[in-house]
Amino acid sequence: MTLSIVVNGKDHEVASDPDTPLLYVLRDELELNGAKYGCGLGQCGACTVHIENKAVFSCLTPVGAIGDRWVRTLEGLGSIDSPSILQKAFQDEQAAQCGYCIAGMIMRAQALLEKNPKPTDDEIREHMQPNLCRCGTHSRILRAIRRASDVMSKEG
Amino acid sequence: MRLTKRHLWTGIGGLGVLGVGLAVAAWIVYEPEIPKVPRPDPRMFSSETIKRGEQLATAGDCIVCHTADNGPAFAGSRPLATPFGVLYSNNITPDEQTGIGNWSAAAFRRAVKFGVGRDGTHLYPALPYEHFIRVKDDDLDAIYAFLMTREAVSKIAPPNELLPGLGIRQSLAGWKLLFLHDSREVVDEARSTEWNRGKYLVDGLAHCGACHTPRNLLGGEEWGREFGGGVAEGWNAPPLDKSNPSAARWDVETLVKYLSTGTDTAHSTAAGPMGPVTEGLSRLNKADVHAIAVYIDSVMHPDRTGSPVVNAEPEGVDDKATGSEAAALFQGACAGCHDPASPMAVRGRPPLSGTSDLNSNDPRNAVQAVLQGIKAPVGSNAPYMPSFADNLTDRQIADLLDYARTRFTQNQPWAELERTVHGIRKENQQ
Repeated sequence: MTLSIVVNGKDHEVASDPDTPLLYVLRDELELNGAKYGCGLGQCGACTVHIENKAVFSCLTPVGAIGDRWVRTLEGLGSIDSPSILQKAFQDEQAAQCGYCIAGMIMRAQALLEKNPKPTDDEIREHMQPNLCRCGTHSRILRAIRRASDVMSKEG
Repeated sequence: MRLTKRHLWTGIGGLGVLGVGLAVAAWIVYEPEIPKVPRPDPRMFSSETIKRGEQLATAGDCIVCHTADNGPAFAGSRPLATPFGVLYSNNITPDEQTGIGNWSAAAFRRAVKFGVGRDGTHLYPALPYEHFIRVKDDDLDAIYAFLMTREAVSKIAPPNELLPGLGIRQSLAGWKLLFLHDSREVVDEARSTEWNRGKYLVDGLAHCGACHTPRNLLGGEEWGREFGGGVAEGWNAPPLDKSNPSAARWDVETLVKYLSTGTDTAHSTAAGPMGPVTEGLSRLNKADVHAIAVYIDSVMHPDRTGSPVVNAEPEGVDDKATGSEAAALFQGACAGCHDPASPMAVRGRPPLSGTSDLNSNDPRNAVQAVLQGIKAPVGSNAPYMPSFADNLTDRQIADLLDYARTRFTQNQPWAELERTVHGIRKENQQ
């Protein structure tokens, strides 16, 4: 039995069982390696992707639960040659140290900026709460989100 | 129409009755202003009194309602959602302009026990004076000493957002006539000192009944239904009397563990508004927590004999459900922590077979746990559950809960589960 899911605007047929975490399907079958395996228990946020504009832990989302809801990963935001505003802001602020948490951080922040393009600093902190970083680049991550928000509101 | 003498007398009589009525009403509503005092010098309070006040304020959990998210302690402005609108808590730091810096101890006692501000305005019963009226003056004076020695913070609460017509504070005098009863604690000589201490704390400062007793349409606690269970911030506050669905499984020891750490392995982790309550109790001295547990245990088990029941976790998997969609959902979304063999078990994660939420006849708290998740209430090593609101649809959450209830408990399935999930999700978004 195969399942079909929509990821970054493309239809995919996947062979994994429905109880397989979406994260494993993205990385192992679709070779979208942006989302990372951190804890596998929904406690660190390294695996964060979007289901219909909402940031979710892909390690705790069985692929069988996706149905016809669309999925977006870091790769769906932009590329190395043409990064999204938020990805560019993370580069400009040098917000990554080891970088393991960054894909999840960007996806979590993207969900916020799509809903609320001009969040307050408190709103950013509150929203980013579920995602952890062990290197300690939190203040750069916060600055990057602020920068992206400023750029977006100038352009919009 | 000709004006006769009779009409005139009737008119005067009517006005008289009205006048007397108004005078009585004014007398009920009127509370005098208590004059301002210079802010007390913190050095006038002994360190023992301040320490005692700190513990009593912890039992009363003043800080939870009187502190905004990420705001300074006791400076107020926390929004409190009530069925009557949103209220913002007051600043109870010793700031003279915006807090209670100029309040005398007498003004403080009157506010806490009778819900009247220093200037004579009536305070909303979100301040649980229905309970605090039982607190001894000496204890209130210790809390006063504690608060008056905190850092003064200048902060004015936003205006309340009440439903139209409910902003008239004078009407609160009528509410108090109906629901505020001057009931001092009576010591029950037949019971232990510890039991009496527990009852004093539970009925008074700890104000457990504010959530665990059902409320009537006017927001007063229902008479004769004390601890019959209520609703707080979208979560059920389970009954604490013998109608508690998990009563057979609680005892003093497990109550102490739950109240002071937020988790007991034989039950569950404190969720929703109970989380901050256990966080507060984790800072309360062990003797008082034990006394509270002794009293609650006696209310829950008025005629207990023998030991509490333990729900064992079922071994293996329900064969009928294997291979079903719900089983796959459980495997992918829940099993990492909730499977009986999962590594989380060694960290004290309560087994699903014992959680009150899954055993209750009302699915509300189980649904809320999945939709909102559970924050570790005490310490950073406590079990934590993420929210699944955005991962799963209403239908999937209903299927999952149905599966978990069938697999882990002996109870009948919940009816109309998907509709319940849908309704609670909508409530949460408001």
